[in-house]
Amino acid sequence: MATMVSTRPVRSTGAGTGPKVPGPNGNGSKRHDGFPDPDANWNRYRIGMWVGLASVAMMFTSLSSAYIVRSASSNDWAALPMPGILLASTALILGSSATLEVARRKLKAALSVPYTKWLFVTVMLGLGFLAAQIFAWRQLAGRGIYVASNPHSSFFYLLTGAHAVHLVGGLLGLTFLWLRSRRHVIDKTLIARRKAATDAVSIYWHFMDALWIYLFLLLFLWR
Amino acid sequence: MSETHEGVHRHPAPTGFIRKYIFSIDHKVIGIQYIMLALAAVVVGMLMSLLMRLQLSWPGTDWPILGTLFPTGAPNGVMNPEFYLSLVTMHGTIMVFFVLTTAPQGGFGNYFLPIQIGAEDMAFPYLNMLSFWVTLVGFIVILMAIFVEGNQGIGEWFATLGPSFAGGSGTVGPIGGWTGYAPLSALGKIAGPGQGGGMNLWIISIAIFCVGSLLGALNFITTLLNMRTKGMTLMRMPLTCWAWFTTAVLALLSFPVLLGGGILLLLDRVANTSFFIPGGLYVSGLLSGSNPNFPLHTGGSPILWQHLFWFFGHPEVYIAILPGMGATSHILATFARKPVFGYRAMVFAIFAIGLLGFFVWGHHMFISGMSPYSAIAFSVLTLSIGVPSAVKTFNWLGTLWGGRIRFTTAMLFALGFVSLFVAGGITGLILGQSSLDLPMHDTYIVTAHFHLVMGVASIFGMFAATYFWFPKMFGRFMSESLGRIHFWITFAGVYAIFMPMHVMGLMGMPRRFSQFTEYNFLVNSSGLVKLVTVAAIITIAVQFVFYFNVFWSMFKGERAGENPWEATTLEWNTPSPPPHDNFAGVLPVVHHGPYEFAVPGAPRDYVMQTDVDVEVPSGNGHNGKH
Ligand code: HEM
Ligand SMILES: [Cu+2]
Repeated sequence: MATMVSTRPVRSTGAGTGPKVPGPNGNGSKRHDGFPDPDANWNRYRIGMWVGLASVAMMFTSLSSAYIVRSASSNDWAALPMPGILLASTALILGSSATLEVARRKLKAALSVPYTKWLFVTVMLGLGFLAAQIFAWRQLAGRGIYVASNPHSSFFYLLTGAHAVHLVGGLLGLTFLWLRSRRHVIDKTLIARRKAATDAVSIYWHFMDALWIYLFLLLFLWR
Repeated sequence: MSETHEGVHRHPAPTGFIRKYIFSIDHKVIGIQYIMLALAAVVVGMLMSLLMRLQLSWPGTDWPILGTLFPTGAPNGVMNPEFYLSLVTMHGTIMVFFVLTTAPQGGFGNYFLPIQIGAEDMAFPYLNMLSFWVTLVGFIVILMAIFVEGNQGIGEWFATLGPSFAGGSGTVGPIGGWTGYAPLSALGKIAGPGQGGGMNLWIISIAIFCVGSLLGALNFITTLLNMRTKGMTLMRMPLTCWAWFTTAVLALLSFPVLLGGGILLLLDRVANTSFFIPGGLYVSGLLSGSNPNFPLHTGGSPILWQHLFWFFGHPEVYIAILPGMGATSHILATFARKPVFGYRAMVFAIFAIGLLGFFVWGHHMFISGMSPYSAIAFSVLTLSIGVPSAVKTFNWLGTLWGGRIRFTTAMLFALGFVSLFVAGGITGLILGQSSLDLPMHDTYIVTAHFHLVMGVASIFGMFAATYFWFPKMFGRFMSESLGRIHFWITFAGVYAIFMPMHVMGLMGMPRRFSQFTEYNFLVNSSGLVKLVTVAAIITIAVQFVFYFNVFWSMFKGERAGENPWEATTLEWNTPSPPPHDNFAGVLPVVHHGPYEFAVPGAPRDYVMQTDVDVEVPSGNGHNGKH
C-alpha cells in the first residue's frame, strides 16, 4: 500500500487534474450558479449533429475509396459524359445554403416572419435540387445508361443516390423547422431550443452542400 | 455527506405497461432490453457451436431431430458440409454482432453511462429507443435468413422479392463466414448452396445493425460530452465511461465503412454491378457471361471487399472488448480496495488502442497477395498495439498488488478477464507477424486466438459486469454460491476448449472445415477434437446455471442496499434500482476522482465521488504519484 502514503494533504480538487473549483458542469455551461443552463443544455443538438456527420463522412469516404480503387483496377471503366442539368443542381444547392444562412441570421435577430419565409425558400430550392437530380437520372436512363452498364455509371447512381437519400433527411429537417417556425414562442428555453435546432439543421444542410460539390468533382474530374 | 443540486427531468415517468417496458425511452429499460437481446442471441449462437462440435467429433452420426428439421441440410440426420459451413457463418455473425456488440455497449453502457456521469438520461432518449428497435429488426432479419435458406417453401416464396432473393438450399442460413468474402458472396444462387436469398438477408441484417449501432454511438458521445453533472470533469470519470466513449467513437467511424461495403455487395447481387466480381469468373461449371443466370461481370476487385470489411472488422474486435476492459478496471479497484493503478495511463492506453486499431486491418490480409512492404508496415503497427495492451495489463496487476482483495464472483470474472486477455493476446503477437501468419492463417490457431481474446474475454467482462451491477439493477444480489460454480466450471471449461485448439492449429488443422477424418496428417487429432467437444458440452451446460441464477435472483435474491459493494462512483449514490430519472430530481455534485479507496485519514476506507468535507491527499487515487 505504498502508493497510499502522502506527504502533503491538500483539499481534493479532482486529484490534481480537475479545475480548482467544482468544475463547469459538464453541460459546457459557463455559469457556475444555476443548473441547467438552457443554452448549454440544447447544445446537444449541435454536438450530436457534428458527431452524426462524422459517420456520414466516413461512409462517403469508404465509397470514394472504393471508387478510386475500382477506377484503377481494370480497363472496363468508361467515364460518363456529365449530364448538363447537374450544373443547375449545383447552383440550386449552393443557393439553398445561402438562403438558409439568411434564415438563421433572421432567427438570431429575433425576426420570426422573415425567418419563416427564408426557410420556405430554402425548402423549395432543396426540392429543386432533388428534381434536377431525378431529371439527370432519367436522362441517363433514357440514353440506355443504367446502374450496371459500367463501373462509372454504377458509382454515379450509387453516390448521387446515397447523397439524395441523405438530402431528403435534410429536407425533412428543414420542413420540420418551417412548420415549427410558424408557432410563436416567447419562453427562453424554447427560443434557445429553436436556435439550437436551426443550427443543427443548418450544419447538416451545409454539409450536404459541400458533399455534393465534392462528389461532383470526384465523379467528373477523377475519371 | 453529499451535496446535490436541482435537476430538471425532461420526461415524466411513464405509467402504462407498454411505455414503461416495451417502447420505453428510459435508458435503463433500453439497456436491459439490449441485454435480453444478447441473452437470447447467445443461446442461438451457443447451440450452433454445440452442433458444430458434435459434427467435428462424430462426423456421419445420425441426429434424428436435425433430419426432421432440415431434410436437405442433414439428410437422414447426417449433417452435410454445407450445413456445417452455414452453422459457422451464423454462429460467428450472431456472436460478434448480436452478442458482443449489443450487451457490452448497448446494454451495460446504456444503463450505467448516464448514471455514472450524473445525468438523468441519454442526450436523445427517443433516438436511444430507436437504436434498440433497429437492432432488434436486424436480429429478426438474420433469423429469417435461417428459414429462407433452410426451408424449400419459404425460399421459393421469397423469390417474389426478386430473383436474387430465391433461397431454399437446405442449409441453416447463408454460407460466407462472418466475413462474407467476395466474390462468392457477391454472385447469388448460382454460386451454390447458401448463396441465395439468405445471403441477401445476411447483408441487409448487417446493414440494419450498422444503422442501429451508429445511432447508439452518436447518442453515447453526445451524452458524455454534454450531460456530465457539476464537478464531473473528464478526468474524474470512471474508466468504464472512458471505455464506452472510445467504443462509441470506434463504432461511429468503422460501422459506416461496413455499411458502404455492404451496399456495394448487395448491389453486386441484386443489380448486377461488378464492384467485387472480377472478369472471367468460372463458378459452378459456368463461365461469367455464358448463361442468363450468370451475367457477364468484368473488372471488380474481391480484395476491395476485404479492405472495406477489415477496416471495420479490426475496430470491431475492440468494440467488443473495450467495455469489458472498462468494467474490469472498475471491478478490480472496487474489490482490491485500491485506486486504479495509473488512472491517466489507463485512459491514454484506451485511446491508443482505439486509435491504432484503425491502422492495422491489413493483418487479416497477409495472404491476400499484398506487397511485403505493406505487410511489414501492418505487422509493426499491429505489434505496437501490444504496448498499450501491456500498459493495461500491468496496471491491472498493479491495482491488485497489495490490495485487500474481496473474492466476489464479479471479482473472479474480472480476474478471469485479465487471464484470458493475456492468454489470447500472446498469440496475437505471433499472428501479427506476417511471416508467422502465412502458415498459421486459417488454421485453428486463429480460432483459438480470437475466441480467447475477443470472444470469451469479452463474455467474461460481461459476466463480471452482470454479477457486479445486478444488485443495482434489480435491488437484489445474485446467488454467490451458484456464481462460484458458474465461474470455476466456465473458467476451466473455456481453457479446455480453446487451449487444445492451438495444438490442432500447429498440426495444420484448417478452420471452416466440417470433417478432419479424411486427412492423414490429422489422424492424431481425434482425441483432442473429442476432448474439446466434451469440454464445450460441459461449459455450455453450466451457462444454464447462470441463466437460472439471473432469473431466480431477480425475484428471490437477497435484498441489496444502495451501495452493497462499498464502491465510490455515482451509480452507488442512488437507490437500487434507481428511480426513473436516476437521482430523484436532484443531481449529484462531484468532488473526487472515481477510485478513492483506502484514503488515509478518511472516515471509511473509501471516499465516494460526492462526499464533501473529506480530504483526499494528492498522492491518492488516479494521478498515481507516490
Ligand atoms: C461455447 C463457446 C464456443 C464454442 C464451443 C465455439 C465454437 C466454434 C467453432 C467450432 C467454430 C468454427 C470453427 C471453424 O470450423 O472454423 C467457431 C467459429 C467462430 N466463433 Fe465460436 N465458439 C464459442 C463461442 C464464441 C463466442 C463467445 C464468440 C464471440 C466472438 C465466437 C465467435 C466465433 C467466430 C467469429 C467464429 C468464426 C466464424 C467464421 O469462421 O466466420 N464464438 N466457434
Ligand atoms: Cu485485427
